[in-house]
Amino acid sequence: MVEGIDGSGKSTQIALLSQWLRLRGYAVAFSEWNSSPLVKETTRRGKKKEMFTPTSFSLIHATDFADRMERYILPLLKAGAVVCADRYAYTAFARDVVRGVDRAWVRNLYRFALKPDLAFYFKVPLETALGRILGGRNALKYYEAGMDLGLSRNIEESFRIFQGRILAEYEAMIEEMGFHVIDATKSIESQQKEMRRIVLREFGTVRAPGVLGVDLNAARLHA
Amino acid sequence: MPDYKARPPLSYYRTALPGVDYSELQGKLIVVEGPDAVGRSTQIRGLKPWLEELGHAVLDTGMARSALAGKGIKEAKQGNTLGPVTMTMYYLTDFADRLENEIIPALRAGVVVLTDRYIYSVMARAIARGENRAWMERTAGFALVPHATFYLRAEVQHLVSRVVVGRGAFDYWESGLDNGFGRNMHDSFVRYQSRLIRVFDSLADPYGFEVIDATRPPVEVFESLKTSVSRIFETPDKPRIVPPRKSAQRSHPVPTLRTASSRRE
Repeated sequence: MVEGIDGSGKSTQIALLSQWLRLRGYAVAFSEWNSSPLVKETTRRGKKKEMFTPTSFSLIHATDFADRMERYILPLLKAGAVVCADRYAYTAFARDVVRGVDRAWVRNLYRFALKPDLAFYFKVPLETALGRILGGRNALKYYEAGMDLGLSRNIEESFRIFQGRILAEYEAMIEEMGFHVIDATKSIESQQKEMRRIVLREFGTVRAPGVLGVDLNAARLHA
Repeated sequence: MPDYKARPPLSYYRTALPGVDYSELQGKLIVVEGPDAVGRSTQIRGLKPWLEELGHAVLDTGMARSALAGKGIKEAKQGNTLGPVTMTMYYLTDFADRLENEIIPALRAGVVVLTDRYIYSVMARAIARGENRAWMERTAGFALVPHATFYLRAEVQHLVSRVVVGRGAFDYWESGLDNGFGRNMHDSFVRYQSRLIRVFDSLADPYGFEVIDATRPPVEVFESLKTSVSRIFETPDKPRIVPPRKSAQRSHPVPTLRTASSRRE
C-alpha cells in the first residue's frame, strides 16, 4: 500500500507497480481510499451539506474501509491475490488526528485492519506537493482543504496549513509503522525502480505467480 | 438498582470528542435497551407523552435515525453483503451524528432525551457476532454516560412468541442470518437473540443498567418504568469533581465515569 500527502505522486506509482505485478503473472487487485459504493451516498450527503464533525468524518471513512476490507481485500488476499491499496488506515491516523480526533481512539478504531506486507511512504517537501496540486487541478474542495477546521478563510491557505500538519503526522509515523520511504522528489522512473527493487527484495523472486504467501493469521495492525 | 445519586453530571466514558463542549448539559439522558421485539418502542411511545404531561420537553431518538447515515444504513440493509465490522462502523457513524447534532444540543437546552437503544446495542450486536469486546468498548468510549439505562429483559422464547404474534414473520437481521446462526429463520433467531441477551446481561453490571422484567404485561412494565424514571428527577445533580486521570484510565477494562467539570484539556 502507498501513503503520502496529496500531490506526493503515490497514486501514479501504485498504478505503475500494479501494472508491473500483473505483467509478472500475479493476480492483482486495487483498492482506493473512500471508494466503497456502500457509503458513497452518505459521504456525498455529508460533504454537500457540510454535516461532518471530525468524529463522524472519521467514522464514515472507517465504515468505507471496513466494507472494502470485509468484502474485497480480505477475500482476495485469501484467494492469493496481491492487493494494492492507494492509502490505508495510516491516512486516518494522520488526517483524523490533525482534525483533533484522539490519537489512541483512532488507532484502536482500525484494529480490524490487516497489517500490510509492504507499506510505502512517499516523502515530499510540502512546497513541492502544493505546487503539484495547486498548479494542475481544479478548485479545492471544502473538506480536502481542511476548511472545517477554521484554519483560514482562504481555501488555499487552509489547504497549506492542513497539509503541513498531515505531513508532520506522517513523518512521525515512519519508524513506528515501518514505512519504506520513497523519495518523491525524484523522477517517476527512479521512484518506480526503487519500489520494484523493494518488492523483489521483500517478496523474493522465486515465488509462484498468483500466490503471495500472505499469512492471514499474522498480527493485525496494532493488535 | 443503580444509585442515581452517585451519578455525576453527564460526561463521556473514555474519550472526549474534539470540538464538543460538555459543560452545562442540563437535560436528562434516558436509555431504553434490550433485544429485538422485547417491547422497547411500545414503552417509549408511552413514556414520551407521560413525561410531556409532567412538563418536560422530550426528544426521542433511536438507532439509524440520523440525518447523516440513517438512510445509508437502511439501504445497506436491503442488500445482504453488509459485513459485521462495516455494520458496526456504520451504526457508530449514525450514533456520532445524533450524539453531536441532536442529543448534546438537546441536553444543553435542558431537554429530556429518551433513546430507543444506545451504544450498548451496537456493542452487543458486534460482540454477539464475534468481535472483540475490549475493542468495542474503547471504540464506543465517546458515548455519554446516561442518567439511567433501562434494560428490558426477557428470555428468548418470550421474544419468539412476540415476533410470531406481533409481526408474523422473522426479520433477516434480527435473526442474525447475515452470520448464519442457524439453518432456518427460527433457529437462527433463537441462537442469535440468546447470544445477544447474554451479551446484554454481561454489560448490565459494568454499565449500571436497571433490569426491567419485560415478560410481564406491557402495562406493568410501564408502571415500573414510570417509578424508576420519576426517581431520576427527584435527585438533583450534585457535581462531584473527579480529576481526569488519563494514564490510569487507559488501563481500566471497565468504563470509568468522568464529570463534566473535568473537561478535556
